[in-house]
Amino acid sequence: MSEQANNSNEDSVISVRMMDIITAIGFLAVGLTVMIGSLKLGASWGSDGPEAGYFPFYISLIIMLSSTVTLYQAAIVNKKKKTESFVDRESFKQVMAVLLPAIVFVLGVQLIGIYVSSVFYIAIFMVWLGKYPLWKAIAVSVGVSVALYLMFEYWFQVPLPHGSWFNPLEFVGVN
Amino acid sequence: MEEINALFSGFAVAMTPFNLLLMLVGVTLGVIIGVLPGLGGANGIAILLPLTFTMPPTSAIIMLSCIYWGALFGGAITSVLFNIPGEPWSVATTFDGYPMARNGKAGEALTAAFTSSFVGAFFAIVMITFLAPLVAKFALQFGPPEFFSVYLLTFCSFVGMNKGSPFKTISAMMLGFALATVGMDTVTGQLRLTFGNPELMRGFDFLIAVIGLFGIGEILLSMEEGLAFHGAAAKIRRQVVLETWAKLPKYWATSLRSCLIGCWMGITPGGATPASFMAYGVAKRVSKNGENFGKGEMEGIVAPETAAHAAGTAALLPMLSLGIPGSPTAAVLLGGLLIWGLQPGPLLFVEKPDFVWGLIASMYLGNLAGLFVVLTCVPLFASILRIPFSIIAPVIIVICAVGAYTVHNATFDVWLMLGFGVLGYVFKKLDYPMAPMVLALVLGDRAEDSFRQSMLISQGSLDVFFSNYLVAGISSLALLLLFWPLIGKVIGKKKAAAA
Repeated sequence: MSEQANNSNEDSVISVRMMDIITAIGFLAVGLTVMIGSLKLGASWGSDGPEAGYFPFYISLIIMLSSTVTLYQAAIVNKKKKTESFVDRESFKQVMAVLLPAIVFVLGVQLIGIYVSSVFYIAIFMVWLGKYPLWKAIAVSVGVSVALYLMFEYWFQVPLPHGSWFNPLEFVGVN
Repeated sequence: MEEINALFSGFAVAMTPFNLLLMLVGVTLGVIIGVLPGLGGANGIAILLPLTFTMPPTSAIIMLSCIYWGALFGGAITSVLFNIPGEPWSVATTFDGYPMARNGKAGEALTAAFTSSFVGAFFAIVMITFLAPLVAKFALQFGPPEFFSVYLLTFCSFVGMNKGSPFKTISAMMLGFALATVGMDTVTGQLRLTFGNPELMRGFDFLIAVIGLFGIGEILLSMEEGLAFHGAAAKIRRQVVLETWAKLPKYWATSLRSCLIGCWMGITPGGATPASFMAYGVAKRVSKNGENFGKGEMEGIVAPETAAHAAGTAALLPMLSLGIPGSPTAAVLLGGLLIWGLQPGPLLFVEKPDFVWGLIASMYLGNLAGLFVVLTCVPLFASILRIPFSIIAPVIIVICAVGAYTVHNATFDVWLMLGFGVLGYVFKKLDYPMAPMVLALVLGDRAEDSFRQSMLISQGSLDVFFSNYLVAGISSLALLLLFWPLIGKVIGKKKAAAA
């Protein structure tokens, strides 16, 4: 039975059980970090009451206990259970098709500011994944950026990032 | 009848032309947010929050709460017309709403959904009007131990009411608490858990977490499903509205039951989503037409919509009277109060009656405005969903990035948002609940403060949480809820053994 299940999930990138284990280990790591951090601060009773690490220490203790149980359930109790797919190859590709450009976009926001990055990001996304003609993509992406500019910098006077490395908007007179 | 007088002075505050305009803007934005995938009540308000910093607090909260009402209404549109719940609380509405739309009764289904939403909200607002001042007055006597026990109750009820693994709920919640402790410690002035990183000195702002978890996470999930919209056309004629309204009073019992379920689930942080499912389930069991549920029964729309809206509204009661939000969206509104320099909690009713009653009065008006807007503009909102996902997805990610940046004017926060987005995607697929995590992040500091103060009173003994009837009662209830999954299992086994 389990072999058949494995065959039908051939396209699976990773199983739910594996992901559960990884996440639980991640929680354990967070718990450990918080615990070390709060012990450094002092997690006991100081001269004027509980020290700064007092509360976080117990939080970290609870994280580690509860994630240990989750880890135990995923790794040992569910070992014999039929493997369920967390994400199959096709969906994983789709998710990455959004996530990877988004990472480049955020890098762009930091380096060259949000307006120009948004134009590139939206336009490339539309042409690449939506198969739109270039002129439509440019119209939409420039429109969104201009609308953002008007709304934030002009009406509400909230400045958005113009780029820490290079500000391409200098060419049109925006500092 | 002190409350009635206060309410009328509230109406005077809320009924300025500027505030009425903000209400309409808020409701319209809210419906759009509710219709769009990836934007919902919580992260929509989080993104727009920085734009309200310059407004007077009362006007700001009126607009933001109206966005919330709009989002609650908007969820129903996509459920009925496209079989895609725009918000988690409208999943149950798809069960009967979409079949009705396919039978050519889209107008009736939408009218029923909107009207029931309105009824649910109205019921909850009336309850808030009369109950919130009482709760606040009562809570004025609370000391730190009482407050901590109420926090404990809030968080334990997540464990008790969630259907998934209680350990995952606890892990997610404690992660929220842990993230909340990062940054400056307000009591000792020490930097905590920053590990020397100056970017972490600001701490983890829950607005960033909300935008990432609910916004980016949702986009990643929708992308995986490969959305294709096949919608029914909709136009609501006045004739249909009147005919539907004539039919609705028949379902008064279902409606009342759903209102009560909704209010209960809203005050205790069960939230709108479980409330809608519970109301649907109960209606199905009790109704004479129970076997027709799922095939396009109007009662199957009335029940979940009433409960969801009642719960969504009732979630503001503990936020206003105790400073403890009942839902992530209420938590974002609470964050807004703090930013505007208002201290949420029982004293708010005494110190800022204008603000509180203005908000309560605006709830009545905002929901009325919402009902009017959605009934008249459905085709417009439905057309938003026809915009292909390959345009909507990048635009929403850009909007989320803008929202995350404007909270502290920091690009580091935009990276954090992306990180929370991935976390949201993984959590959602592994059934880690996000609401308790967000609430823990919001309330972490306050819960910790009340815990430390209690410990100071008792010199480190936990007995202080059982030192009088009130605090002992709340603490015991909290512990009961915390161990409910275990207790439920034991009872279930006994029942099985008896049968």
